[in-house]
Amino acid sequence: MSLIATLSRLEAVRTGRAQPAATVRHRHLSERPLVLVPLITAGEAGAPLGALVGTDRDAPRLLVVPQPRDRDLRFTFLAELADLVLPYVDAYGDVVEAAERSETDPETGKRVKVEVDLCANAPQLIVPSRTGIDFVRLLGRAMRFRRTAEQDPEAPHPAPPRVPLLGRWLTHFGERARVPGSSLLLALTDLLARHWATGQSSVEDQHLGALLAWIDPPEGESGDAAARRAELARDGDGQLLCPPAGPATDPAFDNKLLAPAIERYDRARAALAAAEDGLEADDRFGDLTAAEREIRALVESRTRPTWDAVWRGLDLLRELPEGAHATDRWTRDRWSFTGHRDRIIAGEPPQPRRDDAVTAANKLATREREQARLDAQEALDDPLVMAGRRLAGEAFAGEVTEVVMAYSEGKRPSPRPLVTVRTDDRPHLGERTKVYRSLGGKPQAAEFVGYDGPEGGDHGNLVVLRIVDKMGRGKEPEEGSVPQKGDPVCFTLFEHDQRGGAKLPDPEETPWTHGGPPGEPDAVPLPEQPDPPTEEDTL
Amino acid sequence: MTAPVSSAFSPGAAATRATDAILRDTLHGTHRGVVVDSPPGAGKSTLVVRAALELASAGRPLMIIAQTNAQVDDLVLRLAEKDDELPVGRLHSSDTDPYDKALDDLPNVRKSTKAADLAGLDVVISTAAKWAHVKGVEPWRHAIVDEAYQMRSDALLAVAGLFERALFVGDPGQLDPFAIVGSEQWAGLSYDPSASAVTTLLAHNRELPQHRLPVSWRLPASAAPLVSGAFYPYTPFRSGTDHGDRQLAFAVPSDGSGPDRVIDEAAEAGWGLLELPARHTPRTDPEAVRAVAQVVRRLLDRGGAATSERSEEPVPLTADRIAVGTAHRDQAASVRSALAALGVTDVVVDTANRLQGREYDVTVVLHPLSGRPDATAFHLETGRLCVLASRHRHACIVVCRAGVSELLDDHPSTEPVQLGVTVKFPDGWEANHAVLATLGEHRVAWRPSD
Repeated sequence: MSLIATLSRLEAVRTGRAQPAATVRHRHLSERPLVLVPLITAGEAGAPLGALVGTDRDAPRLLVVPQPRDRDLRFTFLAELADLVLPYVDAYGDVVEAAERSETDPETGKRVKVEVDLCANAPQLIVPSRTGIDFVRLLGRAMRFRRTAEQDPEAPHPAPPRVPLLGRWLTHFGERARVPGSSLLLALTDLLARHWATGQSSVEDQHLGALLAWIDPPEGESGDAAARRAELARDGDGQLLCPPAGPATDPAFDNKLLAPAIERYDRARAALAAAEDGLEADDRFGDLTAAEREIRALVESRTRPTWDAVWRGLDLLRELPEGAHATDRWTRDRWSFTGHRDRIIAGEPPQPRRDDAVTAANKLATREREQARLDAQEALDDPLVMAGRRLAGEAFAGEVTEVVMAYSEGKRPSPRPLVTVRTDDRPHLGERTKVYRSLGGKPQAAEFVGYDGPEGGDHGNLVVLRIVDKMGRGKEPEEGSVPQKGDPVCFTLFEHDQRGGAKLPDPEETPWTHGGPPGEPDAVPLPEQPDPPTEEDTL
Repeated sequence: MTAPVSSAFSPGAAATRATDAILRDTLHGTHRGVVVDSPPGAGKSTLVVRAALELASAGRPLMIIAQTNAQVDDLVLRLAEKDDELPVGRLHSSDTDPYDKALDDLPNVRKSTKAADLAGLDVVISTAAKWAHVKGVEPWRHAIVDEAYQMRSDALLAVAGLFERALFVGDPGQLDPFAIVGSEQWAGLSYDPSASAVTTLLAHNRELPQHRLPVSWRLPASAAPLVSGAFYPYTPFRSGTDHGDRQLAFAVPSDGSGPDRVIDEAAEAGWGLLELPARHTPRTDPEAVRAVAQVVRRLLDRGGAATSERSEEPVPLTADRIAVGTAHRDQAASVRSALAALGVTDVVVDTANRLQGREYDVTVVLHPLSGRPDATAFHLETGRLCVLASRHRHACIVVCRAGVSELLDDHPSTEPVQLGVTVKFPDGWEANHAVLATLGEHRVAWRPSD
């Protein structure tokens, strides 16, 4: 944890209220996000119990699996989910704008600009917690390889149409969520914890109710007390007043309310199946409906508080203005969405179970680049984040006290002005350390020359820098490209943008060190084979 | 001179046997790869230089892949030292100051940003990052990959198409490569891009011959057993020198202060622990930082002299023979400022990551767990402690807050077990305890305000 984060948390403890960790919103929020509050069955991670889904905070759709172990009921749930999610996703795929992308021309091998469609906007999924994101991934994996009766008439348990497609989309959302700074699929707890520092640990911040209690405590109550109540308070029946945000449920709910209700449902179903005539069946069908209604009411009672909490959290976040670079990152999300839309239209197969060596390496490289970019952009967008970097010695702000013109040696001298900055910060500057400042949105580089006077004096440090670029091609620097005496400036020791890495070989050219091209017999030797049995395996 | 008769084991002979076997497999073997594990200071660079020269003299041009520009420049200089007529190409980036200026004085070294300009030279050498940009060239028949355990699997993927066969050399005990984002998604896959290059290589090519260098020429006899036992339990090594072969003496006697007492203890025993009172502190613990600086100041002031097998006469212990190691960069920066305040400017202060592969007479280490309330995986990483505890030829002085042993007991390793991932032994927890146990025998307790 950074020093500024520790300090903010201490202040939150002292004041009884979460402290701002950002002055702008660092993630794009859609005008019309799709909120998904799922619940799973205890002990069966892959068995959904129900969900609240929708884009209208006043009218969520409730989906329930009255007997989560019943495969057909589970499929019904997934089919209903697909009917809600896919139209929402598809709506964004239809509205496009023209954009340019550089591609490698297959004939000449040169990089050329190609005009392509870019979806004008993209869907956004919001789940309450980080485990909700894991659940989205799990659903994606469980569905995308399913075969529908249309695809494979012989399939023993054909999936309803559109379920595999939903699996592909959820997989895409889940993978995209691993990219730092992306916003296609967001967990509200992560989002809130990014923008506020509470007086509890980051693990406790995963409890949506407690987190909101710190950020926006009820009138007259401290965040600490409100958070404790959110985590622990129970009603007369021993049920939590603020049910967990899921997908896992509270054991007291499972044991005391849910299990008996499911048992009644099972009994009603068995009784209906055993009915001997129509009249009896009608009667028993009424019992079954009543039992199902009961479970629906239970699931709604546990998801609705979370649903309302999610929207309340979104309201709090919307009060912050969106950071300048968050919009750029959303454009990348739109590219990602457009790319997957195109793959589906082109009839490509679902995402493979495992990445091949080249895909994995490419993904890792992209994510590391996006992480570095995100760290830089958040600091540039937000003085509070920059303050944290300054406190960590990774940036410094101050006032220009002197500018001395100087020139590079060589045949064609270029301007290399020496700029002295007075700062109270303590940056970790070493010999010839490169520093950067933002000049009209572009980074301008300078080199650390030395300290003028003693380091760490009472009147701050006098840092002497040599500006090395972005001054135009002439002998004299362009107007406004060199800071003037009295200008406030902020330099960072980290780069503002990330260079793209080297291109990796195509998967078909995976080298021998990495098992050769995928699909060859011994391409993936390790995980495919079970461990050989040993003596210790049998007791 | 009489021949040493202290033991039947001759370190020189053992090292020669190992080197001969490695060169035989490299020059005449049938396998596409040869892996060499080298403990700290076992002559890894010497081996790389020798293998390169032998391949070149056998008329087989080769490429060398190192991990950092400093390593590349160091290898170029070492190659030129052995053979100043060998045509060497130094492939470099187009940044400012891409290589060490000393290379400009070597007539046999050609430097370029384009691989095509260096075609046909006996040895072409660069970093993995730069090699990854080289496309469309005829593959080399041979390559040497230096520091292969610090190279990430995805970096090897980017360059492996450039060579047909390769010698992979590295130290498995040092810091593993890392990724700045989570990579659990690929844990257990044989080609996990965040794993080390050697892990991936061996997962796919189990039959490759693996060698190891058995003797550390750097570590003194006081350090080799501890480092070997704590960090290389299944591949032990020994020191090339014996007890008494190396000595550290100081002209100025101790003034009785903590720093002086720990210096004397370390000069005598090879290890010294300057223990400050237990306390939870920020990372840049001002007292500990000051203590480190004071130890360095006294090391310089007391007129140290190092006697070793390298020269007949004792060699003065100067600033360039001392280094300070820390876990974090802000700690290094604080130590630098504290040293500057004491008038010391030319002692290297760096993190474990940047001290890898370097060698000094005396090192002063700020213990990674000093003053911490928790023991995270980062601070427990075996490689970090191994690097910090194995840079010295004579003595290592550790500065630490009391209570690390209890801290370790309060924080057993809790990393999730990933299926398909080979568990590394020893874990950081165990290695930390082993090192602490030895350091505890050389403890000097000190309250800085005294």
